[in-house]
Amino acid sequence: MTTTKITKRPSAPASASHHAKTSAPERKKWGYTVLAIVFLAIMLFPVYWMINASLQPNGTTLETSWLPLKPDFSGYATAINEQGGNLGTSLIISLGSVVLCLAIAAPAAYALAYFKVRGAGVVLFAILISQMIPGIVVANALYTAYNDLGLLNSIPGLILADSSHGIPFAILIIRAFMNGMPASVIEAARVDGAGHVRAFWSIVVPLSRNSLITAGLFTFLFTWSDFLFALTLTTTEAVRPVTLGIFQYIGAYVNDWSSVMATAVLASIPAIILLVAAQKYIAAGTTGGAVK
Amino acid sequence: MSLSTDVSLTNSGPGKPGATQEESQSPAQPSPRNNRRSRQRRERLFQWLFLVPAVIYMALFFGYPVVKNVVMSFQDYTTATFFTGEAPWVGLANYATVLSSSLFSTSLINTALFTIGSIVGQFVVGLALAIFFQRKFPLNGILRSLLLLPWLLPLIVSSAVWRWILDKDSGALNRFLGQLHIVDTGIPWLTSTSLALIAVVGVNIWIGIPFNLTILYGGLQEIPDELYEAGSLDGATGWKAFRHITWPMLRPVVSVVLVLGVVYTLKVLDIILGLTNGGPANSTQTIATQSYALSFQEFKFGEGAALGNVLVIISLVFAVLYLRASRRSVDE
Repeated sequence: MTTTKITKRPSAPASASHHAKTSAPERKKWGYTVLAIVFLAIMLFPVYWMINASLQPNGTTLETSWLPLKPDFSGYATAINEQGGNLGTSLIISLGSVVLCLAIAAPAAYALAYFKVRGAGVVLFAILISQMIPGIVVANALYTAYNDLGLLNSIPGLILADSSHGIPFAILIIRAFMNGMPASVIEAARVDGAGHVRAFWSIVVPLSRNSLITAGLFTFLFTWSDFLFALTLTTTEAVRPVTLGIFQYIGAYVNDWSSVMATAVLASIPAIILLVAAQKYIAAGTTGGAVK
Repeated sequence: MSLSTDVSLTNSGPGKPGATQEESQSPAQPSPRNNRRSRQRRERLFQWLFLVPAVIYMALFFGYPVVKNVVMSFQDYTTATFFTGEAPWVGLANYATVLSSSLFSTSLINTALFTIGSIVGQFVVGLALAIFFQRKFPLNGILRSLLLLPWLLPLIVSSAVWRWILDKDSGALNRFLGQLHIVDTGIPWLTSTSLALIAVVGVNIWIGIPFNLTILYGGLQEIPDELYEAGSLDGATGWKAFRHITWPMLRPVVSVVLVLGVVYTLKVLDIILGLTNGGPANSTQTIATQSYALSFQEFKFGEGAALGNVLVIISLVFAVLYLRASRRSVDE
């Protein structure tokens, strides 16, 4: 075999060997693409399975077919009927938390990056340490405080608590961006007589738009995904985020997986939208948050 | 003119003797020097105001809980406390109860196995994928970013989906294995005491791969090509290049990823509660889930707090490592 190969190669027509030379690396590259798609298919199988199971007719616990050949939307009807309000609650809490988080984090990041105020090091240290504090410790203490303050089962209570997922991260990521902002622009505005608040609002905020969007999107996702505070800081059905709704579905014996999976699909929509529509910001957030 | 230089000048000075007097001086006849001083003070105050909301928030939602948790851990804090307002001091009794309970050693071992298993799995697969995606091929960027999806989904959603996939009787995994004739009867992934922890670790690895992949990929991208070119002249290619060029250069990123991973994995609650709720027979109970159960299911808040503090101490050990690993990137 080897000998024939060796003897064959030089005898091959020049044009053919030339053709093979240009297309072989090209073919190899597409081979990698195929391999990557196989990885992706394995990794995203659960997502496929969630969508597939959500499209099965109600009550078929025994066999979910591999393909949703006859899509049935009754699972979604049940999901929206039973969890629609919870989805709305999640949406309100997430949006509220984005507003609160940016309102607190953006000025703080500005002070840390641009003013370099005294104590900045301590604040940054505290932010890093805060990442080590287990959520259950925070929830344990907050429950008693919320009980006294009447904040249990309330939307403001959950917005405040859920923002703890986003605020430290947002400060770090916005600050990292503002560190690279030219100081001369802000100084010029200040020389022109703009006050601190105006310089911040009309110069700094527009300039750091991208980092604010990244921080806002991640805060939204963090709060939307929050389960711990939903679980511990609510005791009635009055205020119930969708994550808790799903937990209650799967807490009992499940005999209607299609509506559970339909709810799961609906609860995944923000993540899917962000991944497709805001890829640039997501990429900035993943790398920026951890290493910078 | 430049405000930032003014500030840095005042900041660089150590103490300011007499500064308090200047503040109380009447503004009617300000000496130019005093005027400038007080302007600087006001200036600095203004700058601090930008930071104040964040400081207050951090104090209320991270500082207060930690302090309160320490206090509670020394009290007999139960549901009765909410009615009577009384939480008698019990010294170290909560710690004694919690640490001597037979469940503690189970949760400690489970926490260690869960954390080590998850981290090793996430890291090895993440690094392998990161190296693979270093190659240039069509659709690389899109495929890599789609891989992020498992990480972005709410954890409780992932738990629900995996509950269904790992279901003993009609889950996709058992049906798949059945069709390949690898198994005859359904494997009780989540309901067997010997398998549940492995299954939970597997799901957590699936969740963590995208994060590891992304950070490690970023780290690999920063290694200059010249190093590999120089290395290949010396015959360092393939495994040799990885050992002598890639790994040493990637070390700082690796330590950040690993320590962050440990710190995040130690406090995982959602996945375990969603998949097994700590069962069967406590075989997936970790310190975090046990602390939750004590506080919010048995309403022994004092004991829950004590166990939570044990978790904080374990995390702090890794916090030291984390700070050492990340100090450089923060200062930069």
